[in-house]
Amino acid sequence: MSPSRIGAIVMRQLYLYRGSPQRILPMFAWVAIDILLWGFITRYLNQVSHSGFNFVPALLGAVLLWDFLTRIMQGVTMAFFEDVWSRNFLNFFATPLRTSEYLSGLVLIGVTTSLLGLAAMLALAWAAFGLSFLSLGAALAPFLMVLFLTGIALGIFGAGVVLRLGPASEWLIWPIPTVLSPFAGVFYPITVLPAWMQLVSKALPPSYVFEGMRRGVAGKPIPWDQLAIGGVLSVAYLLLACAFFAAIYRYAIRTGLIARYSAESVA
Amino acid sequence: MTAVAPILSVQNLCKSFGALKAVDGVGFDVAPGEIVGLLGPNGAGKTTTINMILGVLAPTSGRIEIEGVDLKTQRTRALQSTNFAAVYAPLPGNLTVEQNLTVFGMIYSVKNLRARIDELLADFDLARFRRTKAGVLSSGEQTRLSLAKAMINRPRLLLLDEPTASIDPSTARDIRAAISAYVDAGHCGVLWTSHNMYEVEAVCDRVMFLSRGKVLLQGDPRQLTKDHGAASLDDLFVQVAHEALHDASLVPPPPVAAP
Repeated sequence: MSPSRIGAIVMRQLYLYRGSPQRILPMFAWVAIDILLWGFITRYLNQVSHSGFNFVPALLGAVLLWDFLTRIMQGVTMAFFEDVWSRNFLNFFATPLRTSEYLSGLVLIGVTTSLLGLAAMLALAWAAFGLSFLSLGAALAPFLMVLFLTGIALGIFGAGVVLRLGPASEWLIWPIPTVLSPFAGVFYPITVLPAWMQLVSKALPPSYVFEGMRRGVAGKPIPWDQLAIGGVLSVAYLLLACAFFAAIYRYAIRTGLIARYSAESVA
Repeated sequence: MTAVAPILSVQNLCKSFGALKAVDGVGFDVAPGEIVGLLGPNGAGKTTTINMILGVLAPTSGRIEIEGVDLKTQRTRALQSTNFAAVYAPLPGNLTVEQNLTVFGMIYSVKNLRARIDELLADFDLARFRRTKAGVLSSGEQTRLSLAKAMINRPRLLLLDEPTASIDPSTARDIRAAISAYVDAGHCGVLWTSHNMYEVEAVCDRVMFLSRGKVLLQGDPRQLTKDHGAASLDDLFVQVAHEALHDASLVPPPPVAAP
């Protein structure tokens, strides 16, 4: 892989951010709104509930981590959509650029923007609502890594779907995190779900993260074996997503989809 | 005298879309310092052929070699010394002229990129648009930018699909001269499609007439005109396109009527 070609994909996106505040604002604005909304909800729940249960880490922490996954996925897909919107595939893929380099560039920019968003979320949640993950220390890293890999896998999968089905299908991609969230047990233990939903949950790496986090913030031992399953699953999904994108790319090269990519031409 | 190795070698190239044979057994070479015109009516298979040479469309069969490198097995290496400009592939309008050239220069790992960009901005009269977004340039200026991008890696093989469409005659003449000079100096080979027969006659050393995916005629554009008793290349184009249309062997069978 060529660092220069990967750098070109990253640089293209940085140029877009530099010249367009409207692209930078959503990286922080939606995150801030989510944190404020859920922060006040958890504060209210702490006031009216006399159970002694602290809702701040349970709910606000969950929102923060779920937003992190969503931002990673969107960071990858947004960079890809820039090429969809500017109909740039022919220009890029008629060059020495490899698909692995293109995807690496998308992932790098997705990682950068989501880490900036995470930093803003953590700062706001700590300053406004006293939420801190510092008590978890280095143990937080594996949780974030599983979400991180899952977000990248979802982003690459989404890019593959849009490459195959055309720009209009981007509306299938945006709701993916929302569709997955009931199964991922973001706000509740997956044991409250019906049996068939629990089966789906067990196939989703984030469900292991949120189950583990709930135990962690409750002061119980973190189930590392369960988190390891989530980690293995997230790596498997990432590999599958890359293979899926590569297969779609080969299809696009075979059928001429890359050369005539537009909403009208894609069936 | 030793034979010069071709920059582009296309052998028995075929591309089918279902029952439609868009390109059917096309073969040709482009030598260093040669500009080859690929002519034909709309739908003849010119752009399909160019897309296959650019690696964005897989041939059904056949072989493409760029400087002796097989495109199918060593795509990245083969395309390192190739570039293209086409009217239907404008550069991202939300990047400035300089940013576009920087991104594509990085993709081709161009050495001394800053200097190369300055050189191209001067050559294509784009210096005053350095910080202008490509999307707000006139169509002629966008074409010049596409050509500057096509030159960024000093390609050995240049594919130009109607490169001077939407450019005024004066600028088109300058651009033809610039490309011809580049070809003469750098031993680059060019495959050039155009519907402007005056332009083809002015710049091409050799032309190929394509119709329904097959090469019907090829040779020196001036000699072909004489040999076929045509008044001009324009007339020869019309004549060949008309004959191909009425040649039963080239016309696909009529569709079977529904029962």
